Amino acid sequence: MSDFPKIKTMGERGILIEFEPEISEKLLGKLLFYKNKLEEFYTEVNVEVINTYNSLLISYMFSIENIYSEVLVVKELFDKANIGKINNQQIFYLPVCYDEDFAWDLELISKEKNLLKEEIIELHIRPFYTVYFTGFLPGFLYLGGLDKKLQISRKNQPRMKIEKGAVGIGENQTGIYPKSSPGGWQILGNCPVRLFDKNSDPPCEISAGDKVKFYTVSKTEFEEISAKISEGKFQLKKENYEG
Amino acid sequence: MKAEVEVLKPGLFSTIQDFGRRGFQKYGVPLSGVMDRIALKTANLILQNQADAAVLEITQMGPKLKFTDPTKIAISGAYLSPKLNDSEIENNEVIKVEAGDTLSFGRPVIGSRAYLAISGGFQTEKILESRSWYEGITAFEKLEKGHHLPYTAVSGEVKETYASVKFDPSYLETSEIKVFPGPEFDRLPQELKTKLQKTNFSISKNNNRMALQLGEKLENELEPIITGPVLPGTVQLTPGGNLIILMRDCQTTGGYPRVLQLSEHSLNILAQKKTGEEVYFKLSS
Repeated sequence: MSDFPKIKTMGERGILIEFEPEISEKLLGKLLFYKNKLEEFYTEVNVEVINTYNSLLISYMFSIENIYSEVLVVKELFDKANIGKINNQQIFYLPVCYDEDFAWDLELISKEKNLLKEEIIELHIRPFYTVYFTGFLPGFLYLGGLDKKLQISRKNQPRMKIEKGAVGIGENQTGIYPKSSPGGWQILGNCPVRLFDKNSDPPCEISAGDKVKFYTVSKTEFEEISAKISEGKFQLKKENYEG
Repeated sequence: MKAEVEVLKPGLFSTIQDFGRRGFQKYGVPLSGVMDRIALKTANLILQNQADAAVLEITQMGPKLKFTDPTKIAISGAYLSPKLNDSEIENNEVIKVEAGDTLSFGRPVIGSRAYLAISGGFQTEKILESRSWYEGITAFEKLEKGHHLPYTAVSGEVKETYASVKFDPSYLETSEIKVFPGPEFDRLPQELKTKLQKTNFSISKNNNRMALQLGEKLENELEPIITGPVLPGTVQLTPGGNLIILMRDCQTTGGYPRVLQLSEHSLNILAQKKTGEEVYFKLSS
């Protein structure tokens, strides 16, 4: 018998379900399967289920009468379930401009990694990144699949302000800042697409289990896309992903 | 004409809040909502509002506000020496307001955050099912001079049928914080588990709606975790030994070990603490 998943209470209104401490697509598939099961079970609006790399959190809006009996209910769901595969996976193509105006750290990465700038860009756009979950900031995607050759430590001193849309790398992760914020990642480009729109339903089109692939655009194309986005005329390229 | 509260002076830091934003954590959107739910409920109950009607959360130094139309208000939580025009008013009572009246605040006496409820609740924009202000989600993130906060005027005489509402202010001054073991509590060596329960921790000046850092450090050798879920009330321990208590506007995920989780009631208690005040953890299992 595996020790996982571990089902723990998190205070009076959270139940945490922990799986093996690893980051893998196989585990993500399992998490999303169970997440779906839980969402089908908890139809009340006052319960929310989120996933991260290896955890699910069921959170209740208010503290509930007896969290321990609730844990038993959850355990039962887990005992009964069979694992399926990730459904309705989509791949989203995101434009990134690697122009020197945006690529603040491309030079530095190039020196540190002994790679040409073109090679860095090539290595960055090649993978089909997996979306593990959204967290940290509204619309911030945790992406897995960065090429090992691009793994680089974060800045010792975080920048006070990173631009909205900045595309960065740090350790084994890459991502896009959905709004301007302080941050410690090495910046190599900018993506004009809005990853979070509070006026859309849902506010994020890309979700856990989906794939992301970057493609390069010139500064001129970047500006054209930005203009289209602000007029609401930009169509994000996406298709079904068949593994 | 719309009934509005006009902001004459903004005070230190005030925001519109309700119970918060539910169902959007999966997009990375914080829960937000009032820091002190007891005070929100009390103030709304006094006015016979819906329990989650939007209120103004006022931190320490209150604003100066002017009402365009008649209404009723109630203030609960911290006592920040409120005045209607030139008269002192009490917390936890129905206060009648006439058109043109001004509400101001003075010295903070007890607690840190006061809650101003208004008949029917503030009618500011609702974004993602909540009126709680949060940067990037709502148009405003804190009260500024010249803001107008809409409400529904209460026309004519309202019958004085308000139930007397019991408000027990003792939580405003207690220093016992009830906690449960967090997901990584068991990774702590016994010595640190004991220290967590035996130390009087002070509230550092790094305290806001996102998080509150404690002044005393806990030297530790815990490994970071794979980024995982956090909630308001999660206590994180950083490699540098800082204890960070996440509050209502916290991020949805984090990578520091989560050593404790506060009880819901304790979040209300902490919401009323000021820099320099002391608290201790009482562990329940």
